[in-house]
Amino acid sequence: MTPKRQRLWLAALALCAVVGAGLVALPALKNKAAFFVAPSEAVGRPVGQAFRLGGLVETGSVSRSADGLTLNFRVTDKADSVAVSYRGLVPDLFRENSGVIAEGRFAPDGTFVADNLLAKHDEKYMPPEVAKAIEEGEAKARAKAQM
Amino acid sequence: MIAEIGHFALWLAAALALVQAVLALVPRFYRQSDLHDFVLRGAVMQMLLALLSFAALSWCFRVSDFSVALVASNSHTMKPLLYKYTGVWANHEGSMLLWITIMALAGGAVALFGRRLGSAFLTRVLGVQSLIALGFYAFLLFSSNPFARIVPAPVEGSGLNPLLQDPGLAFHPPLLYAGYVGLSLTFAFAVAAMIDRQVGPAWARLVRPWLLLAWAFLTAGIALGSYWAYYELGWGGWWFWDPVENASLMPWLAATALVHSVSVLAARNALRNWTMLLAVASFSFSMIGTFIVRSGLLTSVHAFATDPTRGTFLLVLLALYIGGALTLYAARAHSVHVGAGFAAVSREGALVVNNLIMAALLGIILLGTLYPLMLEAATGEKISVGAPYFEATTLPFILAMAFLMVPGPYLAWRQARTGPLLKRMIWPMLLLLAVALAVAWVGKSVLVVLALAIAAALGATSLVLALRYWRTPVRLGMALAHLGVAITMVGATVNGAWGAQTLANMAIGDKVRVGGFEVQLQSVMPTAGSNYTAIEAVLIAQRDGQPAGRLVAQSRTYASPPMETTESGLHPLWTGDLYAALGKPDGKGHWQVRLQWHPLVRLIWLGSLMMALGGILAIFGGAAQRARASLAETVA
Repeated sequence: MTPKRQRLWLAALALCAVVGAGLVALPALKNKAAFFVAPSEAVGRPVGQAFRLGGLVETGSVSRSADGLTLNFRVTDKADSVAVSYRGLVPDLFRENSGVIAEGRFAPDGTFVADNLLAKHDEKYMPPEVAKAIEEGEAKARAKAQM
Repeated sequence: MIAEIGHFALWLAAALALVQAVLALVPRFYRQSDLHDFVLRGAVMQMLLALLSFAALSWCFRVSDFSVALVASNSHTMKPLLYKYTGVWANHEGSMLLWITIMALAGGAVALFGRRLGSAFLTRVLGVQSLIALGFYAFLLFSSNPFARIVPAPVEGSGLNPLLQDPGLAFHPPLLYAGYVGLSLTFAFAVAAMIDRQVGPAWARLVRPWLLLAWAFLTAGIALGSYWAYYELGWGGWWFWDPVENASLMPWLAATALVHSVSVLAARNALRNWTMLLAVASFSFSMIGTFIVRSGLLTSVHAFATDPTRGTFLLVLLALYIGGALTLYAARAHSVHVGAGFAAVSREGALVVNNLIMAALLGIILLGTLYPLMLEAATGEKISVGAPYFEATTLPFILAMAFLMVPGPYLAWRQARTGPLLKRMIWPMLLLLAVALAVAWVGKSVLVVLALAIAAALGATSLVLALRYWRTPVRLGMALAHLGVAITMVGATVNGAWGAQTLANMAIGDKVRVGGFEVQLQSVMPTAGSNYTAIEAVLIAQRDGQPAGRLVAQSRTYASPPMETTESGLHPLWTGDLYAALGKPDGKGHWQVRLQWHPLVRLIWLGSLMMALGGILAIFGGAAQRARASLAETVA
């Protein structure tokens, strides 16, 4: 086989690798990516579908179950709020009226069961998606109030 | 005064970089070979100036000179001394100064130790390197000056993010940057070779030691970052597929592919264009990674600044350098002669497959990292692509790669005879089968069975190779690096498949079982460090009634900046780590405690360090070959 011909083969092989990677990646992207959803958009989502719920921890909503391990609270974007339950260690920066992202899904009883809680990394910083969700939520709440 | 000296040194270094680039790249000056020496000396001078500038900033942190804005916003008099120094690069401006200092160091090192390149080619390399550095000098001086003063100077600084006050941070960024920036040298080598049409085996042998050094640094830097995340973030995970981690993995994959394709180019004068493309890609991904991390596009502990002008500046730099290099590549690719051909079953053939798998992995990770940004830009929808995507997509490729690494090193250049190869593979394949059956019998998933069986075969063959070639550093380095891959695979798989976790609400004296251990909460007491107060829990672990270890976990509260952190309690044993994290009290004498058992988890980092060590060893190996190489013999 001449080197020139071989180069064509290599190019074809490379193309196969790219297409193969794409065939693996694209369906996975569709199935495994989790949407970020604000509480006012979360209401009515199907049970069992994984997504990320982000907003503020509603003031006065935090309580612990009797087992001492399950945390119950509400996440709000100032327009709507969703009840969340989470069993695990609470992140250091988790507190009322502070930004949080909960990863999980709705249980049949309508609470959002989180496998993972992400609180912001430091005092100065708010995850941009949470900041945006709250801004939009406030706008919705204002619009509701004016109606 | 010290700060002004540092600032001035930075300007001088930038001016030198400009002069070097002009002298080395403008044909009129480049033709005057008596100017080459000026470029070489300039590189050493530039290195000294950058070091001076870095030392000046370190001094400002050391003495807590809060009239320097950067020190005021990132340091504190009460901070332990070590973290005053590491605080230099635990912020945007300082980390960019570290970047440029390492870049100047790399240039100086090549000027001092790269005489073998010949002064003409060396001048070209340093010229390209200086041109890259120039952009970063401009970025530093115009948009992120680390020496800016603040009037009036505050009495006390606002302190450093406590998560970054950790010994791991002392070495993780410098190592990682040494890797990223070391790849700028490879990039400069490739651009210089394309300008002067010197792509060939001699070039490959010359670039190899620098590439291996950068690759080893990058490997160690990533491993250290992973270890830091494991013990400092308190979740007990070692890889999160966070975009920031992916940003460091992408240049690593490109550089790993490059290490292998360079060896094909050196030995067989094949894969010439592809090697150039990989060299350009490796540093491009380093820059893209830095851009992703620094621009604040993504939520991360690494996103120090979210200043849009900086992001734009970096983006323009990126476009110029990557675009420029790719344009040059496109212009020159057709003129680079097609290299030698080879058979499909041969060392070259196997390395091509290695490169293709690396490229596929790189593509998958790039897609997963950028897709959320693209989707949001296009539709406004916000998604997160995390571990489920990356694990599902990368694991098959990683397993296939590891499997091919078993016969790979046994293949001969040009054309391997399949008969002897198959005979050699009998024992490794029997071992693979035996381990697979054993693991399957324990009742683990297909992925675990495959991963352990392949890792066993790869580990065994690599060990045999290492013992056989222990006097040939190149081959020993390769065998050691491959053994490292097998060891990392074992650590990751065993930790994932046999690890255990218990979450408990414990009072003093309560006992909890985790992974065959019985752990008792002995005490919870307040304690304090120089700039924090903490609640400290002491847990005693027993196995079969025998004492197995003592775990001390803390929940710290830092005063400046005000922040709480979880300090995990670790007890390393030969068979794994016991890991405890202390949560919140319930007000009735109970504390939330998370206990984890991480079997063989340390093999993950041990394996990574072996890869890095293998890379370093291989540098010393090529000496005999390189003595024969000179650019004169290049046919381009």
